[in-house]
Amino acid sequence: MEKGNFMKRATKLFATAAAVALGTAGMASAQTLDKVKKQGTLSCGVNVGLAGFSAPDDKGNWTGLDVDYCRAIAAAVLGDATKVRFVPTTAKERFTALQSGEIDVLNRNTTWTLGRDSSLGLSFVGTNYYDGQGLMVKKSLGVKSATELGGATVCVQTGTTTELNLADYFRLNKLEYKPVVFEKADEILQAYQAGRCDVYTTDASGLYAQRLQMQQPDEHIVLPEIISKEPLGPSVRQGDSQWFTIVRWVHFALLNAEEAGITKANVDQMTNSTNPDIRRILGKEGEFGKGIGLSADWAYQAIKQVGNYGEIFEKNVGSGSRINIARGQNSLWTKGGLQYAPPIR
Amino acid sequence: MTSTTADLRPPRSEVGVVGWLRKNLFSSPMNAILTVIGIWIIWTVVNAVAHWAFANATWDGTSGKDCTWPGAGACWPFIKAKFSQFMYGRYPEPQRWRVDLTYVLAIIGLVPLMIPRIPGKLFNTIYMLVFFPIAAFLLLVGGYFGLPYVPTELWGGLLVTLVVASVGIAGAFPLGILLALGRRSRMPIVRWVSVGFIEIVRGVPLITVLFMASVMLPLFLPEGMTIDKLMRALIMVALFSAAYLAEVIRGGLQAIPRGQFEAADALGLTYAQKMGLIVLPQALKLVIPGIVNTFIGLFKDTSLVLIIGIFDLLGIVQLNQTDANWFSPSTGMTGYVFAGLVFWIFCFGMSRYSLFIERRLAESDKR
Amino acid sequence: MTATTNRQGPGPLVPPAKPSLLYRPEFRQAVYQILLVVGLVAGFWAIAHNVSENLARQNIASGFGFWNRTSGFDISQSLITYNNQSTYGQAFWAGLFNTLLVAALGVVFATLLGFIIGIGRLSSNWLIARLCGAYVETLRNLPLLLQLFFWYFAVLKNLPGPRQSIVLPAGATLNVRGLYIPAPVPEQGFNAVLIAFAMGIVASIGVYMWARRRQLATGERFPVLWTTLALILLLPGAVYIALGQPLGWEYPVLRGFNFQGGIPIQPELMALVVGLSTYTASFIAEIVRAGIAGVPRGQREAANALGLSSGLTMRLVVIPQALRIIIPPLTSQYLNLAKNSSLAVAIGYPDFVSVFTGTVLNQTGQAVEVILLTMLVFLTISLITSAFMNWFNKHIALVER
Repeated sequence: MEKGNFMKRATKLFATAAAVALGTAGMASAQTLDKVKKQGTLSCGVNVGLAGFSAPDDKGNWTGLDVDYCRAIAAAVLGDATKVRFVPTTAKERFTALQSGEIDVLNRNTTWTLGRDSSLGLSFVGTNYYDGQGLMVKKSLGVKSATELGGATVCVQTGTTTELNLADYFRLNKLEYKPVVFEKADEILQAYQAGRCDVYTTDASGLYAQRLQMQQPDEHIVLPEIISKEPLGPSVRQGDSQWFTIVRWVHFALLNAEEAGITKANVDQMTNSTNPDIRRILGKEGEFGKGIGLSADWAYQAIKQVGNYGEIFEKNVGSGSRINIARGQNSLWTKGGLQYAPPIR
Repeated sequence: MTSTTADLRPPRSEVGVVGWLRKNLFSSPMNAILTVIGIWIIWTVVNAVAHWAFANATWDGTSGKDCTWPGAGACWPFIKAKFSQFMYGRYPEPQRWRVDLTYVLAIIGLVPLMIPRIPGKLFNTIYMLVFFPIAAFLLLVGGYFGLPYVPTELWGGLLVTLVVASVGIAGAFPLGILLALGRRSRMPIVRWVSVGFIEIVRGVPLITVLFMASVMLPLFLPEGMTIDKLMRALIMVALFSAAYLAEVIRGGLQAIPRGQFEAADALGLTYAQKMGLIVLPQALKLVIPGIVNTFIGLFKDTSLVLIIGIFDLLGIVQLNQTDANWFSPSTGMTGYVFAGLVFWIFCFGMSRYSLFIERRLAESDKR
Repeated sequence: MTATTNRQGPGPLVPPAKPSLLYRPEFRQAVYQILLVVGLVAGFWAIAHNVSENLARQNIASGFGFWNRTSGFDISQSLITYNNQSTYGQAFWAGLFNTLLVAALGVVFATLLGFIIGIGRLSSNWLIARLCGAYVETLRNLPLLLQLFFWYFAVLKNLPGPRQSIVLPAGATLNVRGLYIPAPVPEQGFNAVLIAFAMGIVASIGVYMWARRRQLATGERFPVLWTTLALILLLPGAVYIALGQPLGWEYPVLRGFNFQGGIPIQPELMALVVGLSTYTASFIAEIVRAGIAGVPRGQREAANALGLSSGLTMRLVVIPQALRIIIPPLTSQYLNLAKNSSLAVAIGYPDFVSVFTGTVLNQTGQAVEVILLTMLVFLTISLITSAFMNWFNKHIALVER
């Protein structure tokens, strides 16, 4: 089984190379779900390296919130969370990768905006992390608020909403600044630490994650101001409503699981639960899986193999990780947060 | 009379060490000043390098802290710790023998091919053109004969540098020859198309071509069809170098005397026979130095793939600069010096080889 | 298809003496070319079709409508007026001018350095020749990107912060944020100095032409260099002093986070110019060396025999002839430099590729349009440079008698 799969992949590589060389066009359009099932793997676009969201270790094992979302989708669709091919994408190529079908779902701490929903051919399925843009400075500068940053030099990543928010914020507050723009996060990190910039700005979660990469994390503070809304979430190609529904409901299932108290550890006991909510989530009641083109235990597989939303959060960015970000806005609505999932029924 | 003059010994200032010094270093006041400046430059550079790389270098340690002390030079433990990553990227550790085996196969093919004295060039060429690419593909990508599949996202380091450069040049070769022939063709449309392709490609920077590979090429393909990112980059690099190679080969074609063409025509050979048996073998032999130089340029340019998120040797070095564990003032410099050394050894070696072939050709011309 | 129908034999209109249509070169060439055209058109059509289908199916924006939309982002250095309220079109020009600036600076420095090193390699001084050789062999065998990273991340990044700046002579300041040099501020009457300067240049040209004519007619030489230098420097200098030095200097001062005032030169720009020019200089040096070595020995010996000094031999005999060999490859090095300036994207300098192919592409998501425009811009730069250098080459080419 394993071997045949690899054979298939390699032959496909050959075939595609040959097809390009010969200039032949072909292959009928395939629905994403069929394609994923046929290939037996989910191609998931992730960040090339952002601790907490998606980062590979030296041996190529990926970890992070976005990475676990990829795994959960794979578990729900294919029944196996390991059947993911992680495709690292830069900020520039992430949308093309999705548009062209190179990846099936983009889980790359990407901000949901109207512009992206309307003119880039994407459909965001939801928000797996409510974020906002923050500003980080060296403690030694003595800055306490963003309004004191007039005349500062700011390091920012190109092609992000961050770059635009930054311009808006400083213009609105009538402050001068100098942007220094880089393509990759690790270059910004180097430049900021060397003192090329006074301020490093990106999503607040990113700032906390990047701070861990610094030589002396304690010497840097994130200013209290959050200057934008950055709802980060998975997105899929427009025009494939079946696939859109699947990815969206995997997200909701993870949230509902947390709400219902189903965890990675107790999910097997929970299958015996009499609570109809839990029974519906785990596919013991109703035919919801079939309705979206999956097996009945789709949500069970995702929770069993990856965990519920809370577990994923705590493990990667929350108290279980070095980044240690409080749940805050990302708590469930029942606990005063923004994470609210429609019911499975 | 003549014999007495011959017996006179030349003045001491004109021969031996002193004479050499006078002639080559102190022939005029200006030269003397230049010599002193030169000695000063050499002293400064050698002194700085020796201190940085040896005397003040850190040799043992487990993290950047060991390399952080006042006046610290190179941080060699960083290289030691990251060495396997620099070589293989994230290629799975138990599978790395496959990369090594590929290198061995390449050396087995290349060394006899590069030494002119060793016979059996035809067999050797077939090995390199047919057997080796297939073997390398099977070994590196895997998926056959029980070898686990290794997706190209895991490749990195020197492996990617070598793969991009060699596939680039190998892929560029057939197209380069066609373009060179096309540019000299009597058929106007063929000529225009060749000239157009060559000039357009040579007019744009490689980085735009790579951007094209990463964000535009996927949209060119019909729905549902995708190509691996590394593969896309390889295709574009090959197309890019084909244009440069075509110009080199054209130079070779131009150097072939008309008589060779006419003789082939007189024998009644077809165009393909004329080119394949008479002209190209001579032309390609003439331009081996040019081809090697193109390859050197391509080898250096492979580092650009890091901009589109493929981690070649330089990309991996750059990525590891941000490893918090290895943060120290000299980590960056150490990484770049290491990468530079590897690149330099390859490029300098190839340029020497190209010189060697050039001299050989020049000698065979003299006869 | 035409070929197969004709395989039966010559048609009625073809005289039997001629070979069959299939074997006639003109016919074959026509078929090949038609096939090529058909293939190309089909290829391009397939690509265009796929692209438009892909874009339309997913409702992706296309066209150049973005050109006049507000960009919303800032650029750290711009030679034209630009802020985040400007349009994408203005961002295009801002980036393009930044690229041209780097290319121009790079060409000047690379040429200077390249000629010095190239001539140095042929020096009779053994040590200098070896040193120049070592320079060439080191720099041209290292990837340019590596050298840029080295200059930017390893060298410039180790400069002190703004508050511990290195103070340079003449009021300049160097720190990790860049080099700040005093900016000249023209005051009342400075125009007169400029006019004097212009007059000096015009007069110098006149002197040069007169001296040349006189030399051709009488053979007498006139110290043109000294006269023109005096005209260009002393004349405006005298006016400047006479008018009471009507030029103020604005010195950079530390205010808030950064130095304000003066002319700031970004470290990105410095790293890029240094990296590009030292790298390209190693290639230019080789070209210069080959060019000078390509001048026949006899020319040099003849000049020596005429009693010309080694400096004059170089200037009047060797260099003019060497230039004929040097100019064509030098042109391609200039083009390479312009193309290589696109590596700015890796070290954060806002050049054309970084601003347009980077930020604008990312913000609009219109990859196809942006990349095509980028290629068009570089092609135009290439064509203009080649055209100019061809003209220049023709101009200086020696007339063979």
